[in-house]
Amino acid sequence: MRLAQHMSVASDRVRSTVIEATEFPELSRAYRVMGVPKVVINDRVQFEGAVPEPDFLGAVLQAVETS
Amino acid sequence: MPILSARDQAAVRKEFERIGGPVKLVVFSQSLEAAELCQQNEQLVREVAELSDQITVEVLNLAIDHERAEAYGVDQVPAIVVEGSRDYGIRFYGVPLGYEFSNLIDSIIVASTGEPALSEDTLASLRALAADVDIKVFSTPT
Repeated sequence: MRLAQHMSVASDRVRSTVIEATEFPELSRAYRVMGVPKVVINDRVQFEGAVPEPDFLGAVLQAVETS
Repeated sequence: MPILSARDQAAVRKEFERIGGPVKLVVFSQSLEAAELCQQNEQLVREVAELSDQITVEVLNLAIDHERAEAYGVDQVPAIVVEGSRDYGIRFYGVPLGYEFSNLIDSIIVASTGEPALSEDTLASLRALAADVDIKVFSTPT
């Protein structure tokens, strides 16, 4: 899921953290990680699996709209 | 024993031909928490840094260097901050092996150039963001 890191470089507003799920079981439980990759944006919008860039951007914009 | 095989090293060296400037990898460890993973993480980062003279490494302790940790927004170990000419907000929690290893290498390169590989539409939308965005990507090594 490289889009997240590239978005961080593109905007000072965006911060991205890659979390190794098995090493952080508590975080994974808290965010109900059942499959990977799982992306959670602003703790509001989430999706599983790799998605194309426009869809990823859509999720980012949705997260900002609802925050 | 090295984590990266000779083949891995050669592949990363090839990738690092695209490095466009200095990168600092700030590693957070804590001996009382996940000591073995922190050690493995430090070793991996040092092995990666040896493959380019543009990469420097700083190892910090989450408990002792808590002000730095707070400034970076890091509250877990092992952690890696990938900094280019400035801190772009790229973090890795856990030892980035397997698929995440290539992600780390890619992050180093994009942080070094400051040039994200995104479409013009995406870049324009990101430039117009009016609020902060926190993206968490949960992954596994395989």
